[in-house]
Amino acid sequence: MAERLLDVTGLTTTFRTGKKTSVTAVNNVTFSLDRGEILGLVGESGCGKSVTSLSIMGLFEDTAGKVASGSIVFDGEDLTKLTTKQMRSIRGKRISMIFQNPMSSLNSCMRVEAQLIEAIRLHNDVSKSEARQRASKMLSAVGIPDPEQTLRSYPHQLSGGMSQRVMIAMALCCEPEMMIADEPTTALDVTIQAQILELMKDIRSRNNTSILLITHDLGVVAEMCSRALVMYAGRIVEEASVEELFASPIHPYTVGLIASVPKLGSGVTSLPSIPGSVPDLSAMPQGCKFAPRCKYAQAVCRQTEPELAPVPGGNGRKCRCHLFGKEEGKEAQA
Amino acid sequence: MSQPIVSVNHAVKTFVVNKGLGGKKYVHAVNDVSFDIMPGETFSLVGESGCGKSTTGRLINHLIVPDSGEVYYNGQDISKLSEKQMRPLRAEIQMIFQDPYGSLNPRIKIQDQIGEPLLLHTDMDPAARLKRVHELLRLVGLGPSHGERYPHEFSGGQLQRVGIARAISVNPKIIIADEPVSALDVSIQAQVLNLMKKLQEQMNLTYLFISHDLSVVEMISDRIAVMYLGSIVEIADKRDLYAMPVHPYTQALLSAVPIPDPTVHKERILLEGDIPSPVNPPSGCLFHTRCAHCTELCKQQVPPMKDFGGGHQVKCHYAEKFSGKSAEKTL
Amino acid sequence: MSEETAKVLDQEPLYADAEALPTAQNRVKAFIKKFSKRKAALVSLVFLVALIVVAVISPYIVPYDPAAPDYSHMLEGPTAQHILGTDEFGRDVLSRVMVGARLSLFCALSAVVVGTFLGTVLGLLAGYYGGILESLIMRGSDVLFAFPDILLAIAIVAIIGPGTVNVIIAVAVFTVPSFARIMRSATIQVKGSLYVEVARSLGCPDRRILWTHIFPGTIQSMIVNFTMRIGTAILAAASLSFLGYGADVTVPEWGSMLSTARNYMTTAPHLVYVPGVLIFLTVLAFNLLGDGLRDTLDPKLK
Repeated sequence: MAERLLDVTGLTTTFRTGKKTSVTAVNNVTFSLDRGEILGLVGESGCGKSVTSLSIMGLFEDTAGKVASGSIVFDGEDLTKLTTKQMRSIRGKRISMIFQNPMSSLNSCMRVEAQLIEAIRLHNDVSKSEARQRASKMLSAVGIPDPEQTLRSYPHQLSGGMSQRVMIAMALCCEPEMMIADEPTTALDVTIQAQILELMKDIRSRNNTSILLITHDLGVVAEMCSRALVMYAGRIVEEASVEELFASPIHPYTVGLIASVPKLGSGVTSLPSIPGSVPDLSAMPQGCKFAPRCKYAQAVCRQTEPELAPVPGGNGRKCRCHLFGKEEGKEAQA
Repeated sequence: MSQPIVSVNHAVKTFVVNKGLGGKKYVHAVNDVSFDIMPGETFSLVGESGCGKSTTGRLINHLIVPDSGEVYYNGQDISKLSEKQMRPLRAEIQMIFQDPYGSLNPRIKIQDQIGEPLLLHTDMDPAARLKRVHELLRLVGLGPSHGERYPHEFSGGQLQRVGIARAISVNPKIIIADEPVSALDVSIQAQVLNLMKKLQEQMNLTYLFISHDLSVVEMISDRIAVMYLGSIVEIADKRDLYAMPVHPYTQALLSAVPIPDPTVHKERILLEGDIPSPVNPPSGCLFHTRCAHCTELCKQQVPPMKDFGGGHQVKCHYAEKFSGKSAEKTL
Repeated sequence: MSEETAKVLDQEPLYADAEALPTAQNRVKAFIKKFSKRKAALVSLVFLVALIVVAVISPYIVPYDPAAPDYSHMLEGPTAQHILGTDEFGRDVLSRVMVGARLSLFCALSAVVVGTFLGTVLGLLAGYYGGILESLIMRGSDVLFAFPDILLAIAIVAIIGPGTVNVIIAVAVFTVPSFARIMRSATIQVKGSLYVEVARSLGCPDRRILWTHIFPGTIQSMIVNFTMRIGTAILAAASLSFLGYGADVTVPEWGSMLSTARNYMTTAPHLVYVPGVLIFLTVLAFNLLGDGLRDTLDPKLK
């Protein structure tokens, strides 16, 4: 059994929208991550997947957002109870993050070398030249052909794929135990995406790093992850191993989502789609948040919200639905 | 065989960038591109960012004109027309854009924007226009009351449907769809693609579909052209292209797409390095810097476009070797 | 209805949201709500509205005839009868500044309206068409910019002679280049937006693109600059009057009042303070209003 690294329980994050009003972006999210595991967090825009990652990193200082309740236990320590200073020593050293847009995540006025050296020396007591050597090693480790040249460059002189490699090198420079990758390949071309995904897999197998991979691309999830969480409207609606998730999705949203993605080489000419659009955070429907778009919705779905409950017989599998995934729902699904 | 509705013949387009101290630099956006689009089909241009697919779309739309080469629409060379001569033809060639928010004027009501082509190209009175706009709104799954609203009150998927309603308002012959679903969430993407398919069947539309997403392209296209660095490297029927891609770039591109099915484990061709800059394109075959099969010949000579029959064209020196067939002719 | 559409319409609606409307938002209401949060701008607006109302109805509400001399009360400070005192001919200062507001505001407003109109048209044309037209317009503006504002106005009045209309022309002329510059950059910015390219692809003629699609996008920069320039124009008009290039000296005007008050600065300082403070407050109010409008209208500063 793999060692547990991160345990998120009942995480709820709210954003202030006015003096007294606020919206809940992430609602009662519970999941865990083992060492060396790649966990996928899937959902469409606005489903709260990025907010979840920011909550874990504690990156809400000076913004309207705040973790309202729940605990985030990382290697036995509850991150929500740490002071800003304690958090700073974990962020970047033990948990690091890669963002969607590599170009804007790097400081455009500083050479790559200065940024990498800064990141290394922040958490390690090493001299500048040692740090530089380490930076150079990191860059070759992420597959940059000419590290010395890259170190001397400014971010705008690098291509998108190269900047993302630099970002990954920066995230790796303190050998973190966990990496949060928020849409790491969305801004990249497919051939470059393939390179970066390969690199991330490689890192995981080399350093036993856990990766929380946040993406909207089901193809990326199928390729990279062992387990996946599907989020909708700030809630986890389904949790399953990737094989089970794609082979037999249970939640109607997951079913619709997987069906609406065209699969390369399948030869389909029309796609089933989910009618309607994602509800607004400030005007959430009562009951199940997916009910207005769900073709199976019944009275109970519109009145009470279902719990994220374990699926009988499904080895750690969970689903948030009144109708499916439970014993009595089996027939309905069939 | 029927006449192509659009025919692009050796089109070249370069843009000037950076008039710096070292003199002008040119971006070779479109480099000797030729293809035909048949009436009623969906012809797709796929490629990665900066491959010139959007520029090609704008050439056909006469938003830009080629430096050399011609663009024929129904047999007429439109590349030499003035903006004014082009205007009446614009009713027949409409466009759908990637960014649904940016393509609609934030200060004008939805109904007036959908009605704009009607105002420009027909002599309908305001009441008739409004009636037609309401029909169009219903057609794309919105209600007449939506027409009174401004773009910021809609979601991305709804706005893209508004864009489609505007494009079909004057019964165009061909619609150029430039990444119409790239900015949308997957569940919304399917709505828009299905709508486009449906409209094509019912209004006998021709599409030029521009996209970087090979899975989406496979679903919607009849024929596909793969572009790399401003040039078409392979054109084929959908089935041919996906079943037996010939050009090494097409093969790598197809193998790079992640498949949403964990049980599929395919052999991936990982390309080395980055796409070269279109300011300084490589000599010879444009793909030679990343190609695993590159030889001296590839570095020195631009490969010719070879026709393998059935509309399958490949721009590679060793296309015969990869396809196992001999070329019918060299273009 | 075309046949094709009729066929498609026979089918069931494609989407569940056919009638589900997003929440309606009233743009005017939203604007008022946002604007009312900017207290300084709000106070300025109230002050300016009051000032304009007073100026318009002043002939009917003034306590005294602003032109009637009263030789028994000359150069008196504020008293119960004359709240703001009297001038060198014993005329009531309050009545004179009330009536004077008419000419001061009228000069400034009409000059800026004329300047805005010309500047906007030139800026739009320069920004949209570019090329030689742009070079001509922008280099012309640069030449005008090379003169200090007030010097330029004096030069113009010196050439065409004093008088209300000529003051307006002079102030308008130096308003034009700043508008042309601002409108040109606003035009270039909007011209680059996707929806303008879309308009071209739909087959819009240039005139329609310019006036229907580009111009509305530049209005906010125009409004903001308009309010800001009024302050400058009031100062300029007052300065011209002060220097004696203004209108008929018998008609009260803030600048000319200030000018004559100069002679009595030591004996009757209130004559300087009253029009001086009014000019100061009015210019300040217009500037604060402009700031407030810019912050409210700018979508980036939410």
